[in-house]
Amino acid sequence: MQNIWVITKRELGSYFVSPIAYAVGAAFLVLSGLFFILPFFLGSSDASLRGWMQTIVVLLLFIAPMFTMKLLAEERQTGTIELLLTSPVRDWEVVIGKFLAALGLWLAILALTLVYPIALKIFGNPDIVPLVTGYLAMVLMGAAMLAVGVLSSAVSPNQIVAVVVGFAILLVLWIAAPLQNVFGGQVGSIVAYLSLTDHMGDLMKGVVDSRDIIYYLSVVVGCLFVSTRILETRRWS
Amino acid sequence: MIEVHNLTKAYGPRTAIADVSFDVQKGEILGFLGPNGAGKTTTMRILTGFMPPTAGTATVAGYDVFEQSLEVRKRIGYMPESVPLYPEMSVWDYLNFMAELRHLTDREDHVEHVMDAVQITDRADQLIGKLSKGFRQRVGLAQALVHDPEVLILDEPTVGLDPKQIIEVRELIKGLAGERTVILSTHILPEVQQICSRVLIINKGHIVAEDTPERLTAALQGTERVHLQLRSPTEQTAELLGRIENVLNVRPLDGGHFEVECALGMDRREEIARLAVNRDWGLLELRPVRLSLEDIFLQLTTEDSDEKIEEAVG
Repeated sequence: MQNIWVITKRELGSYFVSPIAYAVGAAFLVLSGLFFILPFFLGSSDASLRGWMQTIVVLLLFIAPMFTMKLLAEERQTGTIELLLTSPVRDWEVVIGKFLAALGLWLAILALTLVYPIALKIFGNPDIVPLVTGYLAMVLMGAAMLAVGVLSSAVSPNQIVAVVVGFAILLVLWIAAPLQNVFGGQVGSIVAYLSLTDHMGDLMKGVVDSRDIIYYLSVVVGCLFVSTRILETRRWS
Repeated sequence: MIEVHNLTKAYGPRTAIADVSFDVQKGEILGFLGPNGAGKTTTMRILTGFMPPTAGTATVAGYDVFEQSLEVRKRIGYMPESVPLYPEMSVWDYLNFMAELRHLTDREDHVEHVMDAVQITDRADQLIGKLSKGFRQRVGLAQALVHDPEVLILDEPTVGLDPKQIIEVRELIKGLAGERTVILSTHILPEVQQICSRVLIINKGHIVAEDTPERLTAALQGTERVHLQLRSPTEQTAELLGRIENVLNVRPLDGGHFEVECALGMDRREEIARLAVNRDWGLLELRPVRLSLEDIFLQLTTEDSDEKIEEAVG
Protein backbone atom coordinates (compact mmCIF):
# COMPACT_ATOMS: atom_id res chain seq x y z
CA MET A 1 0.00 0.00 0.00
CA GLN A 2 2.74 2.42 1.00
CA ASN A 3 4.59 1.79 -2.25
CA ILE A 4 1.51 2.54 -4.33
CA TRP A 5 1.03 5.83 -2.54
CA VAL A 6 4.69 6.80 -2.96
CA ILE A 7 4.45 6.21 -6.71
CA THR A 8 1.08 7.96 -7.04
CA LYS A 9 2.43 10.95 -5.17
CA ARG A 10 5.45 11.25 -7.44
CA GLU A 11 3.36 10.94 -10.60
CA LEU A 12 0.88 13.54 -9.39
CA GLY A 13 3.76 15.85 -8.57
CA SER A 14 5.19 15.43 -12.03
CA TYR A 15 1.75 16.11 -13.58
CA PHE A 16 1.62 19.42 -11.81
CA VAL A 17 4.94 20.54 -13.23
CA SER A 18 4.17 19.21 -16.69
CA PRO A 19 3.00 21.64 -19.38
CA ILE A 20 1.05 18.85 -21.08
CA ALA A 21 -1.22 18.31 -18.09
CA TYR A 22 -1.90 22.04 -17.84
CA ALA A 23 -2.50 22.49 -21.56
CA VAL A 24 -4.80 19.49 -21.83
CA GLY A 25 -6.60 20.36 -18.62
CA ALA A 26 -7.11 23.97 -19.66
CA ALA A 27 -8.37 22.99 -23.11
CA PHE A 28 -10.76 20.56 -21.51
CA LEU A 29 -12.13 23.14 -19.10
CA VAL A 30 -12.61 25.76 -21.85
CA LEU A 31 -14.44 23.28 -24.05
CA SER A 32 -16.57 21.92 -21.22
CA GLY A 33 -17.54 25.50 -20.34
CA LEU A 34 -18.52 26.20 -23.92
CA PHE A 35 -20.60 23.05 -24.12
CA PHE A 36 -22.32 23.99 -20.90
CA ILE A 37 -23.24 27.50 -21.93
CA LEU A 38 -24.00 27.01 -25.63
CA PRO A 39 -27.39 25.28 -25.26
CA PHE A 40 -28.69 28.24 -23.27
CA PHE A 41 -27.82 30.62 -26.07
CA LEU A 42 -29.54 28.25 -28.44
CA GLY A 43 -32.75 28.60 -26.46
CA SER A 44 -32.62 25.58 -24.21
CA SER A 45 -34.29 25.88 -20.84
CA ASP A 46 -33.50 22.34 -19.76
CA ALA A 47 -32.16 22.17 -16.18
CA SER A 48 -30.22 18.98 -16.89
CA LEU A 49 -26.61 18.10 -17.66
CA ARG A 50 -27.25 14.91 -19.66
CA GLY A 51 -26.31 16.38 -23.01
CA TRP A 52 -23.32 18.10 -21.49
CA MET A 53 -22.09 14.90 -19.87
CA GLN A 54 -22.36 13.01 -23.13
CA THR A 55 -20.13 15.62 -24.77
CA ILE A 56 -17.68 15.51 -21.90
CA VAL A 57 -17.06 11.80 -22.29
CA VAL A 58 -16.31 12.41 -25.97
CA LEU A 59 -13.63 14.87 -24.88
CA LEU A 60 -12.38 12.21 -22.49
CA LEU A 61 -11.76 9.98 -25.47
CA PHE A 62 -9.02 12.39 -26.53
CA ILE A 63 -7.59 13.47 -23.21
CA ALA A 64 -7.41 10.10 -21.44
CA PRO A 65 -4.58 8.76 -23.65
CA MET A 66 -2.76 12.08 -23.28
CA PHE A 67 -2.87 11.86 -19.51
CA THR A 68 -1.58 8.29 -19.46
CA MET A 69 0.88 8.31 -22.34
CA LYS A 70 3.93 9.16 -20.25
CA LEU A 71 3.21 6.83 -17.34
CA LEU A 72 5.16 3.79 -18.50
CA ALA A 73 6.33 4.68 -22.01
CA GLU A 74 8.38 7.66 -20.83
CA GLU A 75 10.00 5.66 -18.05
CA ARG A 76 11.01 3.08 -20.58
CA GLN A 77 12.25 5.66 -23.05
CA THR A 78 14.43 7.46 -20.52
CA GLY A 79 15.49 4.28 -18.74
CA THR A 80 14.17 5.36 -15.34
CA ILE A 81 12.10 2.19 -15.36
CA GLU A 82 15.29 0.28 -14.64
CA LEU A 83 15.71 1.99 -11.29
CA LEU A 84 12.03 1.77 -10.49
CA LEU A 85 11.85 -1.95 -11.18
CA THR A 86 15.08 -2.69 -9.33
CA SER A 87 13.86 -0.94 -6.20
CA PRO A 88 11.91 -3.11 -3.78
CA VAL A 89 8.46 -2.53 -5.26
CA ARG A 90 6.26 -5.07 -6.99
CA ASP A 91 5.31 -4.54 -10.61
CA TRP A 92 1.59 -4.32 -9.85
CA GLU A 93 2.27 -1.63 -7.28
CA VAL A 94 3.95 0.44 -9.98
CA VAL A 95 1.03 -0.04 -12.39
CA ILE A 96 -1.67 0.74 -9.82
CA GLY A 97 0.25 3.68 -8.41
CA LYS A 98 0.54 5.24 -11.84
CA PHE A 99 -3.08 4.53 -12.73
CA LEU A 100 -4.24 6.17 -9.51
CA ALA A 101 -2.24 9.28 -10.31
CA ALA A 102 -3.96 9.63 -13.69
CA LEU A 103 -7.31 9.00 -12.03
CA GLY A 104 -6.48 11.62 -9.42
CA LEU A 105 -5.79 14.15 -12.15
CA TRP A 106 -9.11 13.32 -13.80
CA LEU A 107 -10.96 13.66 -10.48
CA ALA A 108 -9.31 17.03 -9.87
CA ILE A 109 -10.43 18.31 -13.26
CA LEU A 110 -13.89 16.86 -12.79
CA ALA A 111 -14.11 18.59 -9.44
CA LEU A 112 -13.56 21.92 -11.19
CA THR A 113 -16.60 21.26 -13.41
CA LEU A 114 -18.80 20.99 -10.32
CA VAL A 115 -19.53 24.70 -10.79
CA TYR A 116 -21.97 23.74 -13.57
CA PRO A 117 -24.33 21.58 -11.52
CA ILE A 118 -24.04 24.14 -8.71
CA ALA A 119 -25.01 26.92 -11.14
CA LEU A 120 -27.85 24.76 -12.33
CA LYS A 121 -29.06 24.32 -8.76
CA ILE A 122 -28.88 28.05 -8.05
CA PHE A 123 -30.66 29.19 -11.18
CA GLY A 124 -32.95 26.26 -11.85
CA ASN A 125 -34.51 23.24 -10.31
CA PRO A 126 -32.57 20.22 -11.61
CA ASP A 127 -33.23 16.61 -10.74
CA ILE A 128 -30.43 15.75 -8.29
CA VAL A 129 -30.27 11.97 -8.79
CA PRO A 130 -29.20 11.98 -12.48
CA LEU A 131 -26.63 14.65 -11.67
CA VAL A 132 -25.05 12.43 -9.00
CA THR A 133 -25.19 9.24 -11.05
CA GLY A 134 -24.05 11.18 -14.11
CA TYR A 135 -20.92 12.23 -12.25
CA LEU A 136 -20.48 8.62 -11.13
CA ALA A 137 -20.69 7.61 -14.81
CA MET A 138 -18.01 10.16 -15.73
CA VAL A 139 -15.74 8.90 -12.95
CA LEU A 140 -16.20 5.27 -14.01
CA MET A 141 -15.87 6.05 -17.69
CA GLY A 142 -12.73 8.04 -16.94
CA ALA A 143 -11.27 5.21 -14.87
CA ALA A 144 -11.91 2.69 -17.66
CA MET A 145 -10.43 4.93 -20.35
CA LEU A 146 -7.39 5.78 -18.26
CA ALA A 147 -6.81 2.07 -17.62
CA VAL A 148 -6.87 1.51 -21.38
CA GLY A 149 -4.37 4.37 -21.61
CA VAL A 150 -2.09 2.75 -19.01
CA LEU A 151 -2.18 -0.46 -21.03
CA SER A 152 -1.23 1.33 -24.24
CA SER A 153 1.55 3.14 -22.40
CA ALA A 154 2.79 -0.25 -21.21
CA VAL A 155 2.98 -1.72 -24.70
CA SER A 156 4.43 1.34 -26.44
CA PRO A 157 8.09 2.21 -26.87
CA ASN A 158 7.42 5.95 -26.61
CA GLN A 159 4.75 8.50 -25.72
CA ILE A 160 3.59 9.26 -29.26
CA VAL A 161 2.94 5.62 -30.00
CA ALA A 162 1.22 5.31 -26.63
CA VAL A 163 -1.22 8.09 -27.37
CA VAL A 164 -2.04 6.70 -30.83
CA VAL A 165 -2.49 3.14 -29.58
CA GLY A 166 -4.62 4.33 -26.66
CA PHE A 167 -6.81 6.45 -28.87
CA ALA A 168 -7.25 3.62 -31.37
CA ILE A 169 -8.34 1.13 -28.70
CA LEU A 170 -10.75 3.63 -27.16
CA LEU A 171 -12.23 4.48 -30.55
CA VAL A 172 -12.91 0.82 -31.29
CA LEU A 173 -14.59 0.39 -27.91
CA TRP A 174 -16.50 3.61 -28.57
CA ILE A 175 -18.00 2.58 -31.88
CA ALA A 176 -18.70 -0.96 -30.69
CA ALA A 177 -22.36 -0.09 -30.09
CA PRO A 178 -23.30 0.57 -33.72
CA LEU A 179 -21.15 -2.39 -34.75
CA GLN A 180 -23.44 -4.85 -33.03
CA ASN A 181 -25.90 -4.59 -35.89
CA VAL A 182 -23.14 -5.48 -38.33
CA PHE A 183 -22.46 -8.76 -36.57
CA GLY A 184 -25.89 -9.54 -35.19
CA GLY A 185 -26.83 -12.49 -32.95
CA GLN A 186 -24.44 -13.78 -30.29
CA VAL A 187 -21.38 -11.94 -31.59
CA GLY A 188 -23.38 -8.76 -31.83
CA SER A 189 -24.38 -8.92 -28.19
CA ILE A 190 -20.79 -9.56 -27.10
CA VAL A 191 -19.65 -6.57 -29.13
CA ALA A 192 -22.44 -4.53 -27.62
CA TYR A 193 -21.37 -5.56 -24.13
CA LEU A 194 -17.85 -4.32 -24.79
CA SER A 195 -19.12 -0.92 -25.87
CA LEU A 196 -17.98 1.87 -23.58
CA THR A 197 -20.96 4.07 -24.44
CA ASP A 198 -23.74 1.50 -23.93
CA HIS A 199 -22.97 1.30 -20.25
CA MET A 200 -23.34 4.96 -19.36
CA GLY A 201 -26.83 5.68 -20.76
CA ASP A 202 -28.72 4.31 -17.76
CA LEU A 203 -26.36 5.91 -15.25
CA MET A 204 -26.86 9.30 -16.82
CA LYS A 205 -30.60 8.86 -16.62
CA GLY A 206 -30.26 8.20 -12.90
CA VAL A 207 -30.51 4.41 -13.03
CA VAL A 208 -27.74 2.55 -11.26
CA ASP A 209 -27.34 -0.93 -12.68
CA SER A 210 -24.65 -3.09 -11.07
CA ARG A 211 -23.88 -4.60 -14.49
CA ASP A 212 -22.67 -1.24 -15.76
CA ILE A 213 -20.52 -0.65 -12.73
CA ILE A 214 -19.09 -4.15 -12.99
CA TYR A 215 -18.36 -3.53 -16.66
CA TYR A 216 -16.28 -0.43 -15.99
CA LEU A 217 -14.50 -1.94 -13.04
CA SER A 218 -13.64 -5.07 -15.02
CA VAL A 219 -12.17 -2.94 -17.81
CA VAL A 220 -9.98 -1.26 -15.19
CA VAL A 221 -8.91 -4.51 -13.55
CA GLY A 222 -8.36 -6.27 -16.88
CA CYS A 223 -6.23 -3.50 -18.37
CA LEU A 224 -4.13 -3.07 -15.26
CA PHE A 225 -3.61 -6.81 -14.99
CA VAL A 226 -2.41 -7.08 -18.57
CA SER A 227 -0.19 -4.01 -18.09
CA THR A 228 1.45 -5.70 -15.12
CA ARG A 229 2.10 -8.85 -17.11
CA ILE A 230 3.63 -6.78 -19.90
CA LEU A 231 5.86 -5.01 -17.41
CA GLU A 232 6.95 -8.40 -16.10
CA THR A 233 8.19 -9.59 -19.44
CA ARG A 234 11.01 -7.03 -19.30
CA ARG A 235 12.43 -8.07 -22.55
CA TRP A 236 13.46 -4.61 -23.57
CA SER A 237 17.09 -3.79 -23.23
CA MET B 1 28.16 -12.14 -0.45
CA ILE B 2 27.43 -12.65 -4.12
CA GLU B 3 27.51 -16.05 -5.75
CA VAL B 4 26.94 -16.59 -9.42
CA HIS B 5 26.73 -20.07 -10.94
CA ASN B 6 26.65 -20.84 -14.64
CA LEU B 7 24.65 -17.76 -15.47
CA THR B 8 23.43 -17.60 -19.05
CA LYS B 9 21.29 -15.01 -20.75
CA ALA B 10 20.10 -15.19 -24.34
CA TYR B 11 18.15 -12.57 -26.23
CA GLY B 12 16.52 -14.72 -28.84
CA PRO B 13 19.32 -16.27 -30.85
CA ARG B 14 21.98 -13.95 -29.43
CA THR B 15 23.75 -15.07 -26.26
CA ALA B 16 24.73 -12.11 -24.11
CA ILE B 17 26.48 -14.11 -21.41
CA ALA B 18 27.26 -17.81 -21.34
CA ASP B 19 28.00 -19.93 -18.31
CA VAL B 20 29.35 -17.12 -16.16
CA SER B 21 30.38 -18.12 -12.62
CA PHE B 22 32.11 -16.07 -9.97
CA ASP B 23 31.73 -14.99 -6.38
CA VAL B 24 32.41 -11.83 -4.47
CA GLN B 25 33.38 -11.71 -0.82
CA LYS B 26 32.03 -9.16 1.62
CA GLY B 27 33.97 -5.92 1.46
CA GLU B 28 35.56 -6.61 -1.89
CA ILE B 29 35.59 -4.25 -4.84
CA LEU B 30 35.24 -6.35 -7.94
CA GLY B 31 36.05 -4.77 -11.28
CA PHE B 32 34.16 -6.00 -14.26
CA LEU B 33 36.29 -5.37 -17.27
CA GLY B 34 35.44 -5.94 -20.88
CA PRO B 35 34.90 -4.32 -24.23
CA ASN B 36 31.51 -2.80 -24.99
CA GLY B 37 28.88 -5.45 -25.53
CA ALA B 38 30.81 -8.12 -23.61
CA GLY B 39 27.94 -8.78 -21.22
CA LYS B 40 28.80 -6.56 -18.26
CA THR B 41 25.48 -4.73 -18.15
CA THR B 42 23.52 -7.93 -18.71
CA THR B 43 25.19 -9.58 -15.73
CA MET B 44 24.47 -6.55 -13.57
CA ARG B 45 20.85 -6.40 -14.65
CA ILE B 46 20.38 -10.01 -13.66
CA LEU B 47 21.99 -9.41 -10.26
CA THR B 48 19.73 -6.42 -9.60
CA GLY B 49 16.62 -8.39 -10.52
CA PHE B 50 15.81 -6.24 -13.53
CA MET B 51 15.61 -9.30 -15.72
CA PRO B 52 15.74 -13.01 -15.15
CA PRO B 53 18.56 -15.23 -16.43
CA THR B 54 17.89 -17.80 -19.14
CA ALA B 55 19.78 -20.40 -17.11
CA GLY B 56 21.93 -20.59 -14.00
CA THR B 57 21.52 -19.08 -10.55
CA ALA B 58 22.76 -16.07 -8.68
CA THR B 59 22.42 -15.24 -5.01
CA VAL B 60 23.02 -11.97 -3.20
CA ALA B 61 23.42 -12.14 0.59
CA GLY B 62 21.99 -15.65 0.41
CA TYR B 63 18.84 -14.70 -1.51
CA ASP B 64 18.14 -15.92 -5.01
CA VAL B 65 17.95 -12.99 -7.43
CA PHE B 66 14.97 -14.47 -9.23
CA GLU B 67 13.02 -16.32 -6.55
CA GLN B 68 13.54 -13.77 -3.76
CA SER B 69 13.96 -10.72 -5.91
CA LEU B 70 12.44 -8.27 -3.42
CA GLU B 71 14.83 -9.32 -0.65
CA VAL B 72 17.76 -8.91 -3.03
CA ARG B 73 16.58 -5.53 -4.26
CA LYS B 74 16.31 -4.26 -0.69
CA ARG B 75 20.00 -4.95 -0.17
CA ILE B 76 21.33 -3.57 -3.43
CA GLY B 77 22.12 -0.04 -4.51
CA TYR B 78 22.28 0.20 -8.27
CA MET B 79 23.46 2.83 -10.69
CA PRO B 80 22.67 1.92 -14.29
CA GLU B 81 25.04 3.01 -17.03
CA SER B 82 22.88 5.80 -18.42
CA VAL B 83 22.12 7.16 -14.92
CA PRO B 84 18.38 7.51 -15.57
CA LEU B 85 16.78 10.21 -13.40
CA TYR B 86 13.55 12.22 -13.45
CA PRO B 87 14.50 15.61 -14.91
CA GLU B 88 11.41 17.38 -13.58
CA MET B 89 12.22 16.62 -9.94
CA SER B 90 14.57 18.50 -7.68
CA VAL B 91 17.56 16.65 -6.28
CA TRP B 92 16.06 16.59 -2.81
CA ASP B 93 12.62 15.45 -3.96
CA TYR B 94 14.14 12.70 -6.04
CA LEU B 95 16.36 11.34 -3.28
CA ASN B 96 13.47 11.58 -0.87
CA PHE B 97 11.32 9.61 -3.34
CA MET B 98 13.94 6.88 -3.64
CA ALA B 99 14.25 6.81 0.16
CA GLU B 100 10.48 6.46 0.45
CA LEU B 101 10.49 3.53 -1.96
CA ARG B 102 13.04 1.96 0.36
CA HIS B 103 10.76 2.51 3.37
CA LEU B 104 13.40 4.46 5.28
CA THR B 105 12.02 5.92 8.47
CA ASP B 106 14.40 8.80 9.12
CA ARG B 107 14.45 9.84 5.51
CA GLU B 108 15.63 13.38 6.02
CA ASP B 109 18.78 12.21 7.80
CA HIS B 110 19.55 9.64 5.13
CA VAL B 111 19.05 12.07 2.27
CA GLU B 112 21.11 14.78 3.90
CA HIS B 113 23.87 12.38 4.79
CA VAL B 114 24.10 10.96 1.29
CA MET B 115 23.99 14.41 -0.34
CA ASP B 116 26.85 15.35 1.90
CA ALA B 117 28.80 12.24 0.93
CA VAL B 118 28.63 12.98 -2.79
CA GLN B 119 28.88 16.75 -2.28
CA ILE B 120 25.63 17.92 -3.82
CA THR B 121 24.12 19.55 -0.74
CA ASP B 122 24.24 22.98 -2.36
CA ARG B 123 22.26 21.68 -5.34
CA ALA B 124 19.47 20.17 -3.25
CA ASP B 125 16.72 22.39 -4.65
CA GLN B 126 17.90 22.42 -8.24
CA LEU B 127 15.96 20.49 -10.87
CA ILE B 128 17.81 17.38 -12.01
CA GLY B 129 17.20 18.31 -15.64
CA LYS B 130 19.28 21.46 -15.16
CA LEU B 131 22.29 19.71 -13.66
CA SER B 132 25.52 19.04 -15.51
CA LYS B 133 26.53 15.49 -16.36
CA GLY B 134 28.91 15.32 -13.41
CA PHE B 135 26.28 16.34 -10.92
CA ARG B 136 23.72 13.97 -12.39
CA GLN B 137 26.27 11.20 -11.97
CA ARG B 138 26.55 12.12 -8.30
CA VAL B 139 22.80 12.14 -7.87
CA GLY B 140 22.78 8.67 -9.42
CA LEU B 141 25.40 7.57 -6.94
CA ALA B 142 23.52 9.20 -4.06
CA GLN B 143 20.38 7.37 -5.07
CA ALA B 144 22.26 4.06 -4.97
CA LEU B 145 23.64 4.84 -1.52
CA VAL B 146 20.64 6.40 0.18
CA HIS B 147 19.50 3.22 1.96
CA ASP B 148 23.00 2.25 3.03
CA PRO B 149 23.02 -0.96 0.97
CA GLU B 150 25.20 -3.97 1.65
CA VAL B 151 25.89 -4.40 -2.04
CA LEU B 152 26.60 -1.67 -4.53
CA ILE B 153 26.39 -2.30 -8.25
CA LEU B 154 27.74 0.48 -10.44
CA ASP B 155 27.64 0.29 -14.21
CA GLU B 156 30.43 2.46 -15.60
CA PRO B 157 30.33 4.98 -12.75
CA THR B 158 32.92 7.37 -14.18
CA VAL B 159 31.91 7.49 -17.82
CA GLY B 160 31.35 11.01 -19.14
CA LEU B 161 33.01 12.82 -16.25
CA ASP B 162 35.90 15.24 -16.43
CA PRO B 163 39.25 14.11 -15.00
CA LYS B 164 38.76 15.89 -11.68
CA GLN B 165 35.32 14.39 -11.19
CA ILE B 166 36.62 10.95 -12.16
CA ILE B 167 39.19 11.13 -9.40
CA GLU B 168 36.57 12.27 -6.91
CA VAL B 169 34.16 9.48 -7.80
CA ARG B 170 36.95 6.92 -7.62
CA GLU B 171 37.98 8.16 -4.19
CA LEU B 172 34.36 7.98 -3.11
CA ILE B 173 34.00 4.40 -4.28
CA LYS B 174 37.29 3.42 -2.66
CA GLY B 175 36.04 4.93 0.57
CA LEU B 176 32.97 2.74 0.46
CA ALA B 177 34.92 -0.51 0.45
CA GLY B 178 35.26 -2.53 3.58
CA GLU B 179 31.74 -2.25 4.89
CA ARG B 180 30.12 -2.66 1.49
CA THR B 181 30.59 -5.07 -1.35
CA VAL B 182 31.01 -3.30 -4.65
CA ILE B 183 30.80 -4.51 -8.22
CA LEU B 184 31.67 -1.96 -10.83
CA SER B 185 32.00 -2.29 -14.55
CA THR B 186 34.32 -0.28 -16.68
CA HIS B 187 36.34 -0.38 -19.81
CA ILE B 188 38.87 2.06 -18.42
CA LEU B 189 41.82 -0.02 -17.35
CA PRO B 190 43.68 2.29 -14.96
CA GLU B 191 40.44 2.59 -13.03
CA VAL B 192 40.51 -1.10 -12.26
CA GLN B 193 44.14 -0.98 -11.26
CA GLN B 194 43.45 1.90 -8.92
CA ILE B 195 40.34 0.85 -7.08
CA CYS B 196 39.56 -2.83 -7.51
CA SER B 197 40.78 -5.58 -5.27
CA ARG B 198 39.91 -8.16 -7.90
CA VAL B 199 39.36 -8.09 -11.63
CA LEU B 200 37.13 -10.16 -13.81
CA ILE B 201 37.74 -9.84 -17.51
CA ILE B 202 34.74 -10.72 -19.60
CA ASN B 203 34.68 -11.03 -23.35
CA LYS B 204 31.89 -12.12 -25.68
CA GLY B 205 29.84 -13.32 -22.72
CA HIS B 206 32.60 -15.47 -21.22
CA ILE B 207 34.90 -14.86 -18.29
CA VAL B 208 38.41 -14.98 -19.69
CA ALA B 209 40.40 -14.08 -16.59
CA GLU B 210 39.88 -13.53 -12.89
CA ASP B 211 42.46 -12.44 -10.32
CA THR B 212 43.94 -9.46 -8.52
CA PRO B 213 45.30 -6.81 -10.87
CA GLU B 214 48.89 -7.52 -9.71
CA ARG B 215 48.72 -11.28 -10.12
CA LEU B 216 47.08 -11.01 -13.52
CA THR B 217 49.93 -8.82 -14.64
CA ALA B 218 52.58 -11.19 -13.34
CA ALA B 219 50.97 -14.38 -14.56
CA LEU B 220 50.58 -13.24 -18.11
CA GLN B 221 54.00 -11.82 -18.49
CA GLY B 222 55.87 -15.14 -18.38
CA THR B 223 59.35 -13.53 -18.20
CA GLU B 224 60.97 -10.63 -16.42
CA ARG B 225 61.91 -7.85 -18.76
CA VAL B 226 64.39 -5.06 -18.20
CA HIS B 227 64.62 -1.97 -20.28
CA LEU B 228 68.10 -0.51 -20.72
CA GLN B 229 69.37 2.68 -22.28
CA LEU B 230 73.07 3.25 -22.98
CA ARG B 231 74.79 6.33 -24.32
CA SER B 232 77.58 4.55 -26.18
CA PRO B 233 76.91 0.87 -26.76
CA THR B 234 79.40 -1.10 -28.82
CA GLU B 235 78.73 -3.86 -31.32
CA GLN B 236 79.47 -6.46 -28.68
CA THR B 237 76.98 -5.08 -26.19
CA ALA B 238 74.10 -7.35 -27.12
CA GLU B 239 76.31 -10.39 -27.13
CA LEU B 240 77.89 -9.59 -23.77
CA LEU B 241 74.53 -8.92 -22.18
CA GLY B 242 73.31 -12.26 -23.48
CA ARG B 243 76.12 -14.03 -21.65
CA ILE B 244 74.85 -12.99 -18.24
CA GLU B 245 73.40 -15.92 -16.36
CA ASN B 246 69.64 -16.45 -16.78
CA VAL B 247 69.31 -13.87 -19.52
CA LEU B 248 67.21 -15.47 -22.20
CA ASN B 249 67.14 -12.90 -24.91
CA VAL B 250 68.48 -9.43 -25.72
CA ARG B 251 66.66 -7.25 -28.17
CA PRO B 252 68.53 -4.16 -29.38
CA LEU B 253 66.26 -1.23 -30.12
CA ASP B 254 66.99 2.14 -31.72
CA GLY B 255 69.03 4.87 -30.03
CA GLY B 256 70.94 2.74 -27.56
CA HIS B 257 67.85 1.10 -26.08
CA PHE B 258 67.85 -2.60 -25.27
CA GLU B 259 65.24 -4.92 -23.92
CA VAL B 260 66.66 -7.76 -21.87
CA GLU B 261 64.50 -10.77 -21.10
CA CYS B 262 65.34 -12.82 -18.03
CA ALA B 263 63.88 -16.03 -16.63
CA LEU B 264 60.88 -15.52 -14.36
CA GLY B 265 61.93 -14.61 -10.83
CA MET B 266 65.48 -13.84 -11.91
CA ASP B 267 66.20 -10.16 -11.59
CA ARG B 268 69.51 -9.47 -13.33
CA ARG B 269 69.54 -5.72 -13.06
CA GLU B 270 72.57 -5.64 -10.77
CA GLU B 271 74.71 -7.69 -13.14
CA ILE B 272 73.55 -5.64 -16.11
CA ALA B 273 74.44 -2.41 -14.34
CA ARG B 274 77.88 -3.70 -13.27
CA LEU B 275 78.64 -4.83 -16.79
CA ALA B 276 77.56 -1.49 -18.26
CA VAL B 277 79.73 0.43 -15.82
CA ASN B 278 82.76 -1.83 -16.27
CA ARG B 279 82.59 -1.52 -20.03
CA ASP B 280 81.95 2.22 -19.87
CA TRP B 281 78.83 2.09 -22.02
CA GLY B 282 77.33 5.14 -20.33
CA LEU B 283 74.35 3.75 -18.43
CA LEU B 284 71.45 6.18 -18.72
CA GLU B 285 68.43 4.16 -17.73
CA LEU B 286 67.62 0.76 -16.29
CA ARG B 287 64.07 -0.20 -15.38
CA PRO B 288 61.88 -3.28 -15.18
CA VAL B 289 59.15 -3.55 -17.80
CA ARG B 290 55.77 -4.64 -16.54
CA LEU B 291 52.92 -5.59 -18.75
CA SER B 292 50.12 -3.15 -18.06
CA LEU B 293 46.62 -4.37 -17.56
CA GLU B 294 45.98 -2.83 -20.92
CA ASP B 295 48.33 -5.26 -22.63
CA ILE B 296 46.74 -8.18 -20.82
CA PHE B 297 43.31 -7.02 -21.70
CA LEU B 298 44.14 -6.79 -25.36
CA GLN B 299 45.91 -10.12 -25.22
CA LEU B 300 42.88 -11.83 -23.72
CA THR B 301 40.11 -10.21 -25.66
CA THR B 302 41.57 -10.13 -29.15
CA GLU B 303 43.16 -13.45 -30.00
CA ASP B 304 41.88 -13.44 -33.54
CA SER B 305 41.97 -9.76 -34.34
CA ASP B 306 45.33 -8.79 -32.84
CA GLU B 307 46.58 -6.97 -35.87
CA LYS B 308 43.49 -4.90 -36.34
CA ILE B 309 43.59 -3.68 -32.79
CA GLU B 310 47.28 -2.87 -33.00
CA GLU B 311 46.64 -0.82 -36.07
CA ALA B 312 43.81 1.00 -34.39
CA VAL B 313 45.68 1.65 -31.16
CA GLY B 314 49.20 2.22 -32.45
